[in-house]
Amino acid sequence: MAQMTMIQAITDAMRTELKNNENVVVFGEDVGQNGGVFRATEGLQSEFGEDRVFDTPLAESGIGGLAIGLGLTGFRPVMEIQFFGFVFEVMDSVVAQAARMRYRSGGVYNSPITIRSPFGGGVKTPELHADNLEGLMAQAPGIKVVIPSTPYDAKGLLISAIRDNDPVVYLEHMKLYRSFRGEVPEEEYTIEIGKADVKREGKDVSIITYGAMVHSSLKAAEELEKEGISAEVVDLRTVSPLDIDTIIASVEKTGRAIVVQEAQKQAGVGATVVAEINDRAILSLEAPVLRVAAPDTVFPFASAEDVWLPDYKDIVEKAKTVYNF
Amino acid sequence: MSLIEQVEKQFETFQILSEDGKVVNESAMPELSDEELQELMTRMVYTRIWDQRAISLNRQGRLGFYAPVAGQEASMLGSQYALDKEDWILPGYRDIPQIVFHGLPLYQAFLYSRGHFSGGQIPEGVNVLMPQIIIGAQIIQAAGVGVGLKKKGKKNVAITYTGDGGASQGDFYEGLNFAGAYNAQTIFVVQNNRFAISVPVEKQSAAKTIAQKAVAAGIEGIQVDGMDVLAVYSAVKQARERALNGDGPTLIETLTYRYGPHTMAGDDPTRYRTEDLDSEWTKKDPLVRFRTFLEGKGLWSEEQENKVIDQAKEDIKAAIKKADGAPKQKVTDLIGFMFEELPHNLKEQLEEYKAKESK
Repeated sequence: MAQMTMIQAITDAMRTELKNNENVVVFGEDVGQNGGVFRATEGLQSEFGEDRVFDTPLAESGIGGLAIGLGLTGFRPVMEIQFFGFVFEVMDSVVAQAARMRYRSGGVYNSPITIRSPFGGGVKTPELHADNLEGLMAQAPGIKVVIPSTPYDAKGLLISAIRDNDPVVYLEHMKLYRSFRGEVPEEEYTIEIGKADVKREGKDVSIITYGAMVHSSLKAAEELEKEGISAEVVDLRTVSPLDIDTIIASVEKTGRAIVVQEAQKQAGVGATVVAEINDRAILSLEAPVLRVAAPDTVFPFASAEDVWLPDYKDIVEKAKTVYNF
Repeated sequence: MSLIEQVEKQFETFQILSEDGKVVNESAMPELSDEELQELMTRMVYTRIWDQRAISLNRQGRLGFYAPVAGQEASMLGSQYALDKEDWILPGYRDIPQIVFHGLPLYQAFLYSRGHFSGGQIPEGVNVLMPQIIIGAQIIQAAGVGVGLKKKGKKNVAITYTGDGGASQGDFYEGLNFAGAYNAQTIFVVQNNRFAISVPVEKQSAAKTIAQKAVAAGIEGIQVDGMDVLAVYSAVKQARERALNGDGPTLIETLTYRYGPHTMAGDDPTRYRTEDLDSEWTKKDPLVRFRTFLEGKGLWSEEQENKVIDQAKEDIKAAIKKADGAPKQKVTDLIGFMFEELPHNLKEQLEEYKAKESK
């Protein structure tokens, strides 16, 4: 099996679907000849031609309108928002137009759009590049929100997203793009959207998380292991809709849980996970479900990321708190 | 002469029929048969009656959301008449007549007004979108549809409508620019009815015409007398041919006027318009002008007009009756429209509401 970085797996997924379906088109700012600012579309224009992989004018709202229009005329658009902090410029197209197309037409029209975008802290970008806005997206009815944490998941989930007949926001954590390689089959495969994955089995405490925090949580689990605490790490992979069954099964097994997110604490994905656990598994709990999250400030200045972003030590500490409750 | 004066000089209003129904631009006369000319008049009369009935139904609480159209018939119907059946229409919220004449059944338009989901269930083969509420969103989407039609090699265009206020939105500029950059098969119509709710067009922009905004996008632009159905028809027909010849998109500004309020939800035009201005524009009325023209050719009579009026009233009555028979909406219907395949949260909620609704 090939060893790939996450960005290579993402490119591979797009190449697979460009080959599979002539209606797949890939576009965004700098995605053509330049291959994208992170090289996610490297080589795709020369392989599939400018008609299918192309640059857009520098206007995110226009990119959203283009995607919706192409979706209505039989295409399967894969649009890139160069950095997810720019999503505010295209918010109407994503949450008010594409997300509502099927509903507004009583099921007649749809928006089979994949919205790919890099996000996530730890790479010291200028402001409004790295913001964790998945909670904002998860609150919008009509879209699915996917966040892979490994190259293997990245490929399978992106192929599923492109094949989905409803809009999928597919968020790529910048810190994971090239930080490690993983096994990725060269053939095509899909991973079901809405399915979490237990990345590490454990029996004492569940760490429910997603994105780059999966890796911090795995590191925390190793530390906890040294102290005799067996942590289970659940990677949500899709933050909307949530895989309730996997979350609840893990919590029922361990009786203790923390939810870890890189995003600010208020009204986030973690809050929803806690609420679902309360709704469905409160009698299995030996301790309150706690959250590890960033403070409710604006996403920090680049040089303040180190102190602002949650890290594995925060996770170890919270896990111990619920373990010793 | 300053640059801007030179640009604005290029945007003289295109007109074929003068206010008193005389042909003032013989060479621009579109090739329309007598029957087609009569059909244009029929549609305008029909729509005027429909507008009157809709206002009255709204006042009786039997319609819901309604944005009056009287005054804009030439602009709306002349432009739609220039389209091919397979062309796409991306309407704003006032542009219901165009989508009805493009194939949306009238009772569905009424159900849209009432806020019923079946109003948006566009029949198969009718290439129109649901009326857009967000001002300008349809403009970028029309650029996208125009790109899609071109990529698919279709001999069709996308036409979209907004108002003078819509031309102030960022999406207006992005849509024009995208369509130009991709040479999209798109026609942008700005129905300049002089007021965006209450704000006069003079306060929207320093530009003397909206049509001239095409220049910056590198596309064709034309200002048309929007009370002259032949001029509107002809401008759209030419824009359509240009798009299909690969010569790019066109921005068309139609100068028109809405006689009524912005919508029937409490807008009072006397707060922002004078009677003088109203009467200045009613003198340009599109129906009066075209009627005079047709009567001069012996193509229209009071008898014909009455026949159209009776037909419109009968159709509206039947459509309202049909709309009244629409099923009461259920939450389970609405949940079903969210995704092709329901995710488990909605599946769970579907069961919850099924139980509730069966009580």
